Amino acid sequence: MRYAMAVDTKKCVGCSDCVVACQTENQVPIGYCRDWIVEVTDGTYPQLEIEIRSERCNHCDNSPCVRCCPTGASHYAEGGVVLVTPKECIGCGACIASCPYDARYPHPDGYVDKCTFCLDNRVKKGLDPACVSVCPTKCMYFGDLDDPNSPVSLVLKKRKWKTLIPEAGTMPQLYFLI
Amino acid sequence: MREELIVSGRLNRLIDPYLQIWHWHIPLYLFLGGLAAGILFFAALVTIQGKENKYPTAARIAPFITPILLSFGLLALLLDLNHKLYFWRLYTTIRIESPMSWGAWTLMVVTPLSLIWCALNIKEIFPKWDWKYPVLISVEAFFRKHLLIISWVMLVFSLILGVYTGILLSAFNARPLWNTSILGPLFLTSGLSTGAAAIVLMSRNHLERHYFAKIDLMLIGIEVFLIIHMFMGFLASTQVHIEAAQLFLGGPYTTIFWLFVFSLGLVIPAILEILELRGFKMPYWLAPTLVLTGGIMFRFIMTYAGQASRWLY
Repeated sequence: MRYAMAVDTKKCVGCSDCVVACQTENQVPIGYCRDWIVEVTDGTYPQLEIEIRSERCNHCDNSPCVRCCPTGASHYAEGGVVLVTPKECIGCGACIASCPYDARYPHPDGYVDKCTFCLDNRVKKGLDPACVSVCPTKCMYFGDLDDPNSPVSLVLKKRKWKTLIPEAGTMPQLYFLI
Repeated sequence: MREELIVSGRLNRLIDPYLQIWHWHIPLYLFLGGLAAGILFFAALVTIQGKENKYPTAARIAPFITPILLSFGLLALLLDLNHKLYFWRLYTTIRIESPMSWGAWTLMVVTPLSLIWCALNIKEIFPKWDWKYPVLISVEAFFRKHLLIISWVMLVFSLILGVYTGILLSAFNARPLWNTSILGPLFLTSGLSTGAAAIVLMSRNHLERHYFAKIDLMLIGIEVFLIIHMFMGFLASTQVHIEAAQLFLGGPYTTIFWLFVFSLGLVIPAILEILELRGFKMPYWLAPTLVLTGGIMFRFIMTYAGQASRWLY
C-alpha cells in the first residue's frame, strides 16, 4: 500500500478551506498550519500565468526527516505515511532542518508536528483526509497508488503531473496536476 | 522579461519567512565540542608518543577544562530541545543514519574519558590529592595501567567528535550551504586548531608553546585550503549551491565571514605565528585568542547562514 495525494492546480482557487478544515480536524494550535496555499504568478503583464497549489507534507518515499531523527520518533507508518510519535520526540529540530519543503513546525507542546494525511483519525475509518473531503472545487484526490482504481491512481494516469523539487532526492508523494 | 512571484499562505513560527529553528545553542555546542575534541586529541597523541614530560600542558593540564567545556556544550544541547524531559530517548536507540544519534553516543564515550583523564592527572592541580578509599586507588591503578589503551580510544573518539560537529550539519540536504562533505573535515580541522590554540594559551613552557603554535599554523593552512575548496565546490555545483555560496560572496554574510573568520580568525593569527616563530617579539596570547574567537564566529555564521539557504521554490 502507498498512500498519495494529487492536487489539481487547474481547479484549485486558493480558498484555504483545506487549511481551515485541517486546523479544525487536527486541533492545530492557533497560528500554525499543516497545509497551506502557494500562489505562483509567472510572466509579464498582460501575459500572466497563475498556479495555485494546496501544499502539505510530501510523505516522501525517501524522507530526510525519518533518516535524521535521532530517536526514531519520525517513522513510516501504514501506506508510507510519515508520522511523528510525540512521546519519542525530543524536539531537537533535526527533522525541521532536514525538510526541503519546510513542512514541519515545532508544536507549542514541545514535539514536532506535521500533516498526517489524517491517517488515524479519518483514513483508517475509510474517510478521505479532511482537506480532500472539504474542497469546494474537488481539486484533490487521495488514495492508494498500489490500487489501480483508486481516485489518485486514475487521475495520475489521465493527467500530466509534477512533484515539488524531486531533485532533492526525496521521492515526494504529493502530486500536482498541471 | 519574465517574472515569478511566489506568495505563500504559511507563517509558522520559527519556520517562516526563513528557518530559525536553531539559535545560539547549536553553534556554541559545535564550538565547545570541537575545542574539547582538539584538546583531548593532542593529550592522547602526546601520551601515545611518550612526550608527556616534554609537553606537560597538552598531556596533563589542558584536558582539565574539557569536562567543563563538554558539560556546557551538553547543557546548551539540552536547552535547545523543545521537549526537554524526553532527552533520554536519545539513549534508548542507536540510529546509524542519524548523525545526531551517533553523535550523542560519541559524547557518552568522550565525556567519561575526559573525566578519567582528569582523575589520572589530578595531582598536577592538587599535589596533595589523596584517593583515600582502596576501591578508588585500585580503580586509578587500573586506568593508569591501561593508559595507552585509553589514549588510543580517546584519540579515535575525539576525532569522531570533531568530525561529527561538521557532519551534523552536512547531513541536511535541505540546506545547501551545509550539504557539503567538506564541512566534516573543515570543522574537525577548526576544532583541532582551536584545541592547539587553547594549549598555547595555557602553557607556561616556551618550547611547548612554539611546538603547538607550529601545529596550529599547519592546521590554519589546511583550514584555509578547505574553505576555498568548499566555495569552489559550491560554485561548480547546482543553482541552489551557487546561491548558498553567494551568501558569503556578496550576500549578507560576506563582511562578517571574510573579516572576522577568514582574516581575523585565520590569516592574521597565521601571520602573527609566523612572525613569532621567526623570532619577533609578540604577545603570545594574541594569535591563539584570535583563533578561538574566529572558531566560535565560524560556527555561529555557518549555523545561521545555513538556515537561510534553501532550495528554489
